[in-house]
Amino acid sequence: MALLEPRANPSRVMQWAAPLIAIVLMLLVGAVLFASLHVSPLKAFYVFFIEPLETSNGWSELVLKASPLILIAEGLALGFRARIYNIGAEGQLLMGAICASGVAIYSHGSEAGWVLPAMVIAGAIGGAIWGAIPAWLKTHFNAEETLTTLMLTYIATLFLSWLVSVPWRDPDGSNFPQSIMFGDSALFTLLFDGLRINTSVFITIAAVLIFWVFVSRSYTAFQIAVGGQAPAAARYAGFSSRKTVWLSLVISGLTAGIAGAGEVAGPVGQLTLSMSPGYGYAAIIVAWVGRLHPLGIVLSGFLMAMIYIGGDAGQVSLQLPSAITGLFQGMLLFFLLGADAFVNYRLKRRKPRAHLESHTAAAPKAAPEAAT
Amino acid sequence: MTDSFFVHLVPILIGTLGAATPLVFAGLGELVAEKTGVINLGVEGMMLIGAIAAFAAAVGTEGNLAVGLIAGAIAGAAAALPFGILTLSLGANQAASGLALTIFGLGLSAFIGQSFVSYSLSGVKPIAIPLLSKIPVLGPVFFNQDIVVYLSFVTFGLVAWTLAKTRLGLILRAVGESPEAAHAIGYPVTAIRYGAVVFGGAMAGIAGAYLSVVYTPLWVQNMTAGRGWIAVALVVFATWKPARLMLGAYLFGGVTILQLHAQGFGVAIPSQLLSALPYIATIVVLVLISRDRKLLQLNLPASLGKPFIAGG
Repeated sequence: MALLEPRANPSRVMQWAAPLIAIVLMLLVGAVLFASLHVSPLKAFYVFFIEPLETSNGWSELVLKASPLILIAEGLALGFRARIYNIGAEGQLLMGAICASGVAIYSHGSEAGWVLPAMVIAGAIGGAIWGAIPAWLKTHFNAEETLTTLMLTYIATLFLSWLVSVPWRDPDGSNFPQSIMFGDSALFTLLFDGLRINTSVFITIAAVLIFWVFVSRSYTAFQIAVGGQAPAAARYAGFSSRKTVWLSLVISGLTAGIAGAGEVAGPVGQLTLSMSPGYGYAAIIVAWVGRLHPLGIVLSGFLMAMIYIGGDAGQVSLQLPSAITGLFQGMLLFFLLGADAFVNYRLKRRKPRAHLESHTAAAPKAAPEAAT
Repeated sequence: MTDSFFVHLVPILIGTLGAATPLVFAGLGELVAEKTGVINLGVEGMMLIGAIAAFAAAVGTEGNLAVGLIAGAIAGAAAALPFGILTLSLGANQAASGLALTIFGLGLSAFIGQSFVSYSLSGVKPIAIPLLSKIPVLGPVFFNQDIVVYLSFVTFGLVAWTLAKTRLGLILRAVGESPEAAHAIGYPVTAIRYGAVVFGGAMAGIAGAYLSVVYTPLWVQNMTAGRGWIAVALVVFATWKPARLMLGAYLFGGVTILQLHAQGFGVAIPSQLLSALPYIATIVVLVLISRDRKLLQLNLPASLGKPFIAGG
């Protein structure tokens, strides 16, 4: 009693319609959810998605949140294309933030111009190393990267917790688990007075362009994609799956690490236990909703940033629970995966097969069992 | 080796069983699902949904354990359904769908849980089994536990027996080894997989219920703290064998309890490092098992992770 039958070719229309369908479904269920919380859905949508964008500060916050999400998702998408499922970007982000903070803390008081670039490089290295460990475990010991990347995220969280409560704790911070506030030389320059948006967005813009060129032009990206879609073909062609694993995990760790550096050297301004609102996990959804395409990810990154900002706004002005953000994120991915089925399958037509005989020329799709 | 050694050892072992019990339930559920060829990375999310549902139900019935467990099981099973629809009916990628379930479960449980943060339950008293509980060391460890721990023994026995000795077990394994062949013989592959996935969800729900109603017994956001993922790793460690899964779960329970005791004794190691031990141990264990590709290949359900949509 299967309801679906495979399409002859994946539908290109559905490929891009699926995210839109998922967004519409998310909004529909969201409306029901708001109504059940005795909040008018129209008012809630206004507060969530429109009101925050009526001020320049709202736009600044939107870009500020979209930027790390896009940066991480660009790196993750590369691996996902190769079916390397790095789901520990959150840990790589934290390690990047930790390494960048180390530079800021030990150079505190220095006005030198090298501090900020050194922080970004340290963040990139920290994230890349945290991505390289699962790559090594996968290539040498065959250990699943889904589980190892996630375990390393828990370990990074505990490491961060130790750092901010013992060696790096701000002595004047009234016992809060947080580091000192960084000096100006360890912070990105603000783009506009009074807004939090800063020059780190140029890193994201550069990353999008680099990934766009890389994915569409480079032979390595082609090898990675083939390795994911047709491992046997990749082996015949002599493409190394080890190289794919290493590249995917190290690059996605690197971008997540830079994003972490951007947070501590940007809106957060210090190392704290709660410095990331789950960007590493949300970026997984961003990558998928953006169809693993460098430009699609830009759009989905802004969508996800709106969900974050809307969640904050809903909490402040409608007293909605803050967990609603996570709920929307989960729903979005669920609906997307469901809608994605229609890229490769279509609903089965309920007609006897004999009647279809005359139409087979028009629809060259041969059902697999027709061969028997 | 004197009495004082046992005085310290017995509480550790008793605690080990308690800490291992959620892993036993969640791990056995995931094992059955994987035996039919479905890998569900949503265990963590299903556990959280089970935990909050059980906690809410128990609070509403003044701490009724049975109501809590049943609520947890139903909620976990219900949470598994969308995963089943995505992967089994719509042929979606299992890894991505499981991840979606975990993210959704985290959000949903936090959302519902916000009105339950101030409540606490009284927990559950251990029940001593006559005679057996008098055996030195083993008695108090295995036979003076709360009823859910006993239930985990029974569940293990049933799952191991069903998989190894019954016709149902044979069908489950056949579906996991070759869905095409099972389909050709006439078994409803998709329906059987639905059953296994929903069973896995119910088990994860009970695991979550144990955490929130018996073990903690509080609701704390994201209280599973990676136990769902550790359960998934344990299935690999167990090479899909129920008895080895029990062994693995108790090993992890032991690591968890040892680090708690070490923190209690004031061992001069940062508490965060000790808390990281179960996660480090998970990686070590995965590496030890996975490096033996032949062993893994021999036991891995052949269709694991591959979608199957019947053509007819």
